[in-house]
Parts: sequence; structure tokens; C-alpha cells
Amino acid sequence: MDVSSCDVLVVGGGAAGLRAAIAIAEANLNLRVAVISKVYPMRSHTVSAEGGAAAVIKPNDSLDEHAYDTISGGDWLCDQDAVEAFVNEAPVEMLRLEHWGCPWSRQPDGRVAVRSFGGMKVERTWFAADKTGFHMLHSLFQTTLKYEAIQRYDECFVTKLLVEKGRCQGVVAIEVATGKILAITAKAVILATGGCGKVFPFTTNGAIKTGDGMALAYRAGAPLKDMEFVQYHPTGLPLTGILITEATRSEGGWLLNKDGYRYLQDYDLGKPQPKPVLRSMELGPRDRLSQAFVKEQAKGRTLEGPYGHYVHLDIRHLGEKLIDKKLPFVRALCRKYVNLDPVKEMIPVRPVVHYMMGGIHTDIYGATPLPGLYAAGEAACVSINGANRLGSNSLTECLVFGARAGQAAAAFAAEQKETNPAISAQARDEQRRLEESFLRKTDGKERIAPLREEMHKNMEACAGIYRTGAELKRAAQVLRGLQDRFHDLQLDDRSYTFNTELTAALELSFMLDVAEGIVASAFARQESRGSHQRTDHPQRDDDKFLAHSLAYRSPEGPPRIEHLPVTITRWPPGQRVYGK
Amino acid sequence: MSSDVHYTLHHPKWYRRRVSVWWWLQKRSYAQFVLRELTSVFVAFFAVVSLWQLHALGEGPEAYAHFMARLKSPLFLALHGVTFLFVLFHSITWFNLAPTAIVVRLRGKRVPDFVIAGMNYLVWLVASAAVAWLLLRG
Amino acid sequence: MAETITLSVARYRPEEEAEPTVQTYEVPYRKDWVVLDALNYIKDQLDGSLSFRWSCRMGVCGSCGMTVNGEPKLTCAVFLSDYLPGPIRVEPLQYFPIVRDLVVDISDFLEKLQKVKPWIILKEEKPLSEGEYRQTPDQLDTYKQFSMCINCMLCYAACPIYGLEPGFVGPAAIALAQRYNLDSRDMGAQERLDILSQKGGIWDCTFVGECTKVCPENVDPAGAIQQYKLAGAAHWFKSLLLPWGAK
Repeated sequence: MDVSSCDVLVVGGGAAGLRAAIAIAEANLNLRVAVISKVYPMRSHTVSAEGGAAAVIKPNDSLDEHAYDTISGGDWLCDQDAVEAFVNEAPVEMLRLEHWGCPWSRQPDGRVAVRSFGGMKVERTWFAADKTGFHMLHSLFQTTLKYEAIQRYDECFVTKLLVEKGRCQGVVAIEVATGKILAITAKAVILATGGCGKVFPFTTNGAIKTGDGMALAYRAGAPLKDMEFVQYHPTGLPLTGILITEATRSEGGWLLNKDGYRYLQDYDLGKPQPKPVLRSMELGPRDRLSQAFVKEQAKGRTLEGPYGHYVHLDIRHLGEKLIDKKLPFVRALCRKYVNLDPVKEMIPVRPVVHYMMGGIHTDIYGATPLPGLYAAGEAACVSINGANRLGSNSLTECLVFGARAGQAAAAFAAEQKETNPAISAQARDEQRRLEESFLRKTDGKERIAPLREEMHKNMEACAGIYRTGAELKRAAQVLRGLQDRFHDLQLDDRSYTFNTELTAALELSFMLDVAEGIVASAFARQESRGSHQRTDHPQRDDDKFLAHSLAYRSPEGPPRIEHLPVTITRWPPGQRVYGK
Repeated sequence: MSSDVHYTLHHPKWYRRRVSVWWWLQKRSYAQFVLRELTSVFVAFFAVVSLWQLHALGEGPEAYAHFMARLKSPLFLALHGVTFLFVLFHSITWFNLAPTAIVVRLRGKRVPDFVIAGMNYLVWLVASAAVAWLLLRG
Repeated sequence: MAETITLSVARYRPEEEAEPTVQTYEVPYRKDWVVLDALNYIKDQLDGSLSFRWSCRMGVCGSCGMTVNGEPKLTCAVFLSDYLPGPIRVEPLQYFPIVRDLVVDISDFLEKLQKVKPWIILKEEKPLSEGEYRQTPDQLDTYKQFSMCINCMLCYAACPIYGLEPGFVGPAAIALAQRYNLDSRDMGAQERLDILSQKGGIWDCTFVGECTKVCPENVDPAGAIQQYKLAGAAHWFKSLLLPWGAK
């Protein structure tokens, strides 16, 4: 076992983690910062984000418009103080990234260009063609290389948070390449591990998005907030779930059913116009568009292929020139993975799990209720996303709240004394656990893939776009059963060297915890709001549920759910109106 | 675990494959590359012969005639034939590669590759024609 | 059409073996499957001990580069149907040390990347309150191509110079250095040229050109290096003719 220490440890090397690391390095030159990630930072899932990042910069826009779009998009479950902080700091954070070299698409005069996105009244999405996340991540990563204070633990898999005297004081991790156990002590830890789309079978998310940070925090006693809110992106490719960016629709793409009819007009999203109209039709919010698909399917008006039902996304009328300039990645993806050219043919799409509005409960400084533990990005829930996130808010959220968490953690760390050396005993216990439960275990009967598959089926069937109490109850039981069976897991791989079966097992156990959080929170929320639609409780219920769900781990059995009132500052709950 | 393998727990034991001296036979493009590199020997040879010729010219008409006679020997003729082929290969491959190295921007837009390569070929053609005219006019 | 297809996969288990071996697996043949899908089928259904890296499955994270039938490829971007009737040989990327099975060590690249200073270098940064640096679409266009590198390492695995001379900084890192040199916001070209003019830098490249051919993002690292050489040579001539003017 190797013991090392730093002042602030950032878990996760995506946009939020790297932004946090830089914020710490800049906030306090004396602090030793480290970024630990199970993959090399440039592999982080930020890389897959396509469409853009929102921030007010144009004179026709205003911070209040951005706040209102965000809050109404989130069906009034957003904390409005958090949203106000977010929209205020978004432009500066985006400019900072511009100064760090991000290749933003430009207007002819050299200023940053913006495009529209779903649920927005004014165009405010900055973009780098349709590889925005990729460019943001690489710009951030390359910029971190400039800071000597930032140390990296690449391909080290965190298995446990070290908590001593009610304070998070570091982590235990496996160095994947050698199987060595690392105990890294820190005065503050920031979790920026991203979401958990892989809890579901059909997702835009990469293999690495297994809710690690969420489960780590949850196991350490911090609650998970609003986990029932799972965003389905309306346009993913069938089979692979590869994301076809919302920018296809903001540039003017249409969603057509099997009769070539723009069916969104039947779902209270406005009337079709030849040119895209903001906050209308295809530029409605993601939750409403995904729900419309399910209803359209029920009416028998979707198409059916080998990988389930789908509709058509038509961008042919945009023309080859515009597609190549603004949506080149979409064209490349379609050619590669569905063998068609969107310049000439329509793209088959269906809703696909994309993003977790919920996450580790934090305040507006990224602090969790566990002292010394912070969270940012998709792993966290501040909450600015409420019951449904607006497209292009998440990349910006990574920057704004990554920076905030970094600054807060730096300030906290600067006040702490040396960390407690007694925690190495905890690390030894963790090492023993990994040996006994996985590497040296010989009497197990279960294998990873079937358990994971069953979790997938269960989540898709019971915790999808539409849910009922009865189904959720059943799902909770299935998950309990899977938790039990997980204890009987047997690995083929006994090696200490790059054992990806071991990491897959640990990821599965993280996902089972997170899935329980999702199901229990969804069961407790007896209303329909944003992305959480209960057919047995179809109305929004502000009297009872204008509140966040908090899922706490209980020693045995499913999580305990509590509710916390939403912070309302200037925008009292109202109706979500689109297409008017 | 077998005992004859020197593995130390928690230490990397990377396997490094040695690059074979025949690596350039692995792929057609590698072989082509090595051939292109090899052409430089022939280019150098041609340069040496030209210098030698110049030297002979400086020595007087007799020495020059002697030199020219030697060039007509079958060995030199064959060598020149081979050299010509290699120099041709050298020129064509490099001209084709020129657009990769030379990026010209006119009014902000990159001049297309075929124009850059074409310019090279054009200069080559003009130079060859000029030389031919010089040599053949009498 | 065949119901199954054979994959010959390179295995290397450092704790048990002195050198790599080959293991063959029969996997179902599906028209829509990429090679990575077949590897995942093996991992899930046949042999949990096979190790490889992957994540996004859409050709942008750069994790899953391997050698497929002798060519460096992203396994999420090549289909089983491209290799009918099989067998398909899957091996780790060439020229890197093999950690285990299909996993290679790329820490060398990370060190080299840092060495070429791939970030915006300014004498003085303007305050954020003054807004963005202006950059026209044409200016963006001059470096955009080189900014598309996903660090997948296919170009290193295709570069015999890197194989023969491990000190060579290599295609991707030089392309990224050039990406910043050509960025209208950057002022660090001289610093980077000083680094890359040394041994292991641009002059180690003999223009094999394979890096450009295997690049899945059309970055053209070979072009970046040759253009860099041209700029380096021009700078050298300039400093020779006008020694007082250089630097």
C-alpha cells in the first residue's frame, strides 16, 4: 500500500474536475492539488458533448432571460439562488475558456458566435462546431498542463472515501496498471465523476459513466438529491444510443413521424413554421419532446426497426454547406454508424438516457453536508437543473460550479491542520475487502454481465420516461435482490495488472446503489414534474412536492427519502408554456 | 503463477517488442518510404558526376573528351539509367508530398493541394524544357 | 452469411507469461457490430479476464485504439463486416510497451505533450472584462484541423521513427504544438520552436507520412511537422542573415 497526501484532491478529470483543479491552483499557490481519475483526463465523458454551452453575451439577451428559461425548463424545481449565481458567472467562465484557447466558432467580425438550443427564448449557446465538449475538455486539459501545482493520478480507480471524525480526509484507490492500493489523504476532496447513464441500457453515455462519485458520497453518508430526474435526450441513434445533437434542431431540423408529419404540434408545443422558432416545436425542452415520442408510439405512428421504435430527424433541407460547417460530426456519425448521409436521407432517432439532473447534494459553493467533501458537474446536484435540464447548461455548469467548488475547497483546506494519520488503518481494511470480496474469492456463483443486464432491463421497464408506483415498487425489490446476488460475485480475472473485470465489478456495485437511489426517490415523488412522469400521479403538486428529494443510505434495506424545500427568489412557480 | 517469470507484485512488467531491422518490409508504404529515402544516394551520385564533369571541363578539352568517353562505357550508361529512374521517383514522390508541407493562404483560404503540387510540376516541366532547348537547339 | 466470426486476440498476462500469446474466440457475427462490440461480447460472455480500454463508442474519447489486422484502428470505428470472413487479428498498438492484453502504456505521450507547451502563451493576458480575443473564421480555420486530435495514439503506432527512436516527440504532440502556434491568440511559437528544434523534435521526422494516413480525425500530423520544419528553417535562415533581428 502506498500512502501519499495532498491538500485538495479532485476525483474526476472531466470539465468540472479540471476547472476545479485550476481554480484551486489559482486560489492558493501554497496548496498541493491532485486530480485522480480512472481514465486519462482527455477520455472523460465531457469529450462527447456536442452542441454547446450557454452563457449570456449578446446585447439582445439578459441574465434574467437565461435564469427564467432555466427555471421554467426545470419545472420550478431549480434552486433560484443557485440559478442566479450560475447565469451571473457563466459569461466570465466561458470567456476564461476563450482566453485559454478553446476554438469557439466565430462570427465574421471575430466575435464568438452563438446558436439557439431547446427551451431558450434568446440564442445564447456558444459552440465549437458540433464538438463543443471535446474542444472544451482538451482546452482545459492542455491548460492544466501549465500548472506545476496540479499533480495527476491517471487511471487510478477510487473505491472509498476516507472519513474520520466526521470529515472527509482522502480516498482509497487502486492504481489500475499495477493493482497497488493507494491511500491518498487530503484536507478536502471534490467529486467530479460525472453521471450514471450506464445504469440504463440505452444511453448516450460512455462506458465510464457509472455513478462512481455519487455512490462514494452516498456510502460516506452524504445524500443524493433529486435522483428521480433522469433526462432522456429526444434524438439518439437506435442500437448504439449515439447522440445526435440538439443543434440539428436549432439549425432547423424537423422531427417527423412515419407519415412525414411534424408530430410535436399535437403535444402543445406550438405550430410548425418553416423557420425554427425559439421555445417552440423541435426547440421545446427535452423532457416534453421525449414524452411526445412515447405518446406518438402509443398511437402507432412511429416507425419500427430492428432496434425498436424510432422517428425521423430530417435535416436535408439545411443543405450540405450548412451541415458541413455547423454539424460535421453529425454527418460523420451518421455515415459511420447508420450508414446514411443526412444531407440526402433522414436520420432514425429515438429518446435515449442522457443526463442525471440529480446527484450529490451540494450547496451553491459545491459543499456537501459532509465536511471536507465537495462535488461539481453532473455528479453534483446544486440544483440549477431542477426537474429537466436545458440543453447547453451542463457544460457551463461544469465550469461555474467546478470553479466554485474549487475555490470553496481551497479555502476549507487552507484552514485545516494536517490530516489524521490513523486513516491508513481504514485504507488497509479496504484493501482487505477488495482481496476477500473479489480477487481471492473462489466460491461465488454470479457473473457481472447477467447482473448488469438485469439491472438495465429493470431500470428501463420501471424507471423510464413514464413510471407508476407499482412498477417502481417492483423495481426496488429487484434491485434489493441484485444487491444480495452481488455478494456472490465471482471474477474470472485474478490479476493485479490492469484488471478491468475488477473495476467493472466495483462499477456495478456503484450503479446498484445509485439505481436504488433513483427508484426510491421516484417512488416517493407522487407527482409528475419535468422528466419525472408518474402515470398514477399525472399532475404537478406544488403543495407537497415543490421540494428536492434527498436519498440517504440506510445500513440495511433501501434508501431513506427526505424532502427539502426548493429555494424560490424571484420566479414564483408558474405553468411551463412553449410554442406561444 | 509459474516461478520462472520475474513478476513482482504491484510492479509493472511491460512487454516491449523490439523493432525488427526488417520493419520496412511490413507494409508497402513503409517500403516505398525507404525507397524514397534511398533515392537520395542516387541524387548525390548524379551531383558528384556533374561536379566531376565540371572539373574535367576545367582541366582542358582533352581531359573533357576523356571524361565524356568514360561516361559512354556500358557501366556508366547502366548506372545513369538506374539513376534516372530513381531521380524520377524522387521528384514525383516529393512533388506529391509538397502540398502537405507548403500551405499557402490566399485571402484567408487555403490554396488547394493540387494547385501546390501542380505548380511544382509546372516549374519542373519548364526547367526541363529549357534544358532540352539548350541542349538540342544546335 | 456466417453466423459467427473468429477473433484472434493478443493476450499478455505479465504475472504468468514472459511474452504475449494469441487466444481465439468465436463471437456472433452481427452486421452492425464494431470490433469493440465483439471484444465486449468476449468480456461479458466468454472470458472476463480479457483487458482493454474503451468508453464513448463514438470515436471521440480516443481510448480504444488497437491494431486490427495489422493496422492501427479505433475499434469502435471499424465494423466486423469490414473484415469478412475473418478471422480478425486484434493486437495492442505497436511501439508502446504492453501493460496487459490489449492495453499499452501511453504515459510517455503525456510527458511529451506537456513538454511542447500545448496551451496559450501570452506576454500579458487581457482582463476578462475586456471580453473575448477577436478571431475571424479564417483565422480559426488556420489551426482548426490540428485542434481535432483526440490523442488516440494511432499515429504513434504507425510511426516507425517513434518505434526506432523512442525519444521522438511524435506526431500528435507536434501537431498540437503547431495548433497553438497557428492560433491567432498565441505568442508562444518561439518557445515551442526552441524545444522542438532539439533532438527528438521536428528534425527526427523523416516524413514517412503514415501518421496522417491512419489518423481517424484527419488531423494531418505529417503536414503539421513538415510545415513546422519549413517555419524552423525559415527562422534559422533569418537569424543567420539578420542575427540582430532574431529573438
